[in-house]
Amino acid sequence: MAYYTEKQIKELELLAVKIRKYIIEMLYRAASGHPGGSLSAVDAIVALYFAHMRHNPKNPDDPDRDRFILSKGHAAPALYAVLAELGYFPIEELYHLREINHMLQGHPVSLYTPGVEASTGSLGHGLSFGNGVALAGKLDGKSYHVYVMLGDGELDEGQVWEAAAAAAHYRLDNMTAMVDRNYLQIDGNTEEVMRLESLREKWQAFGWYVIEVDGHDIAEILKALDEADHKENMPSIIILNTVKGKGVSFMENNVDFHGVPPNEMERNLALEELDMLQKKLEASM
Amino acid sequence: MGNPRNAYGEKLVELGARYPNLVVLDADLSKSTKTILFAKKYPNRFFEMGVAEANMMSTAAGLASCGKIAFVSTFAVFATGRAYDQIRMDLAYSQVNVKIFATHGGISVGKDGASHQMIEDLALMRVLPNMTVLAPSDATQTEKIVELMAEHKGPMYARVGRADVPVIYDRSYVETLEIGRGMIVEDGDDATIIACGTMVDAALDAHKILLKEGISTRVIDMHTIKPLDEKLILRSSRKTNAIVTIEEHSIIGGLGAAVAEVLAENSASIRFKRMGIEDKFCESGDPKDLLEKYGLTAKHVVRQVKKLLKN
Repeated sequence: MAYYTEKQIKELELLAVKIRKYIIEMLYRAASGHPGGSLSAVDAIVALYFAHMRHNPKNPDDPDRDRFILSKGHAAPALYAVLAELGYFPIEELYHLREINHMLQGHPVSLYTPGVEASTGSLGHGLSFGNGVALAGKLDGKSYHVYVMLGDGELDEGQVWEAAAAAAHYRLDNMTAMVDRNYLQIDGNTEEVMRLESLREKWQAFGWYVIEVDGHDIAEILKALDEADHKENMPSIIILNTVKGKGVSFMENNVDFHGVPPNEMERNLALEELDMLQKKLEASM
Repeated sequence: MGNPRNAYGEKLVELGARYPNLVVLDADLSKSTKTILFAKKYPNRFFEMGVAEANMMSTAAGLASCGKIAFVSTFAVFATGRAYDQIRMDLAYSQVNVKIFATHGGISVGKDGASHQMIEDLALMRVLPNMTVLAPSDATQTEKIVELMAEHKGPMYARVGRADVPVIYDRSYVETLEIGRGMIVEDGDDATIIACGTMVDAALDAHKILLKEGISTRVIDMHTIKPLDEKLILRSSRKTNAIVTIEEHSIIGGLGAAVAEVLAENSASIRFKRMGIEDKFCESGDPKDLLEKYGLTAKHVVRQVKKLLKN
């Protein structure tokens, strides 16, 4: 088991705040995009890229790299910010998100952006794609691991369950899925739009090893990732209990910020809040 | 007679030896699509995906992203109809090396009825950027096209029918075949018949009948619908007085439509007719009877060529 010191965890938490600030600024400048689901997904993506996965920004096509597939493609700003912070491409690109003649599309495209593994944005594809990567890894005797992040609203898509069956059928223990369980989708609460519960039991019934954690507790997430990596003979899924819009008070649990960017005043307020959080964290280190 | 499905299955086995990175996926139809031959020879590289076409298509894209040449097979109606968004996002948009080889295209599937008679697939695939669209005509040509599919990079769609079809070509004839270049199988001066897939044989029969009546026709086997051999179409429009297209597909969106676009945009002044299924669903029945009822026989082509030349 990997062990992380309190200081290491604090550093990751600080990075997560930094990523959230990027996201707010990116969406404000793009004047469109999806804040809620980007902010809820940040902590898991930070944990994966900065502490857990084997990858190399200087060699994004390394055949032995671990793969992260953002199936909920609308959270692209979170992925882009992490990739830029790691040096996959210049930070400057972040501020041209969704701009014509620039690299960063509204939803991830594998062809255009170094570090992006799959083109997503139409929901429900990512787990199937990840299964393909995992099958190739088994076939080639590679030790890489595949991580797929799904939205909870995304689980309405039938293809997710086709993929869930297939991953268990092929005993893909090199696959770890994660659900960003923030309970909100565009038309409202997930349980009112299309009931998902009991989620844990559903995945278990499909043959998956299920772990449930606080999706904003980076130490917990890292522990869960480690546990999932070591589970043999079956795929694992981590249900990340999250808050949509996490980190910005007026966006938290507010479905209106699913696909609406902050205006200037909201952006200033959000950055102020995140600055305060950053200072608090720094003071505690 | 030969069967393009068998030709595909056997060629896959051969290619499996040549390309250690070739994998095959099927959706519970391997006995019909003949991928079962590959499955028996290379069980580790064959993935049975169950009746779940959408998942199969995206999984193939994932495999291809790791350097695999992924062949995906099922019936044409399911390959394109049930996995369109997956083909669009994960294959075409992402330009991955996935080859869809669909069988049971067209109405000659027969008794299963319109639910299984795919007459829109060429149209659906043709509108996708980056997608190559193929419709081989006989077993020999199918072999060659499957070989080329494995060689070429990028997403491709090929469809064949279910039934046995007469062998048109010998191996040496198709050796020079190139994707994107139509084949002049017979030549003549009065009219051009442009056919693809199962209809090439009917076009050749029509050619013979017309010749006896003193009408000489050029017959083009347009095995590649996209990229289309525009030059050959335009040259034929200048050489002959009429063009008839024929395909086991809707007249909307497929080969005939593609040829019409080329002719119109180049202001070709020529008598022209699309033959195919006339914007309707067909029905259960014996393949022969269906082709007769819906106007896809040599006799119908003969009648159409004569009608055009008379005007």
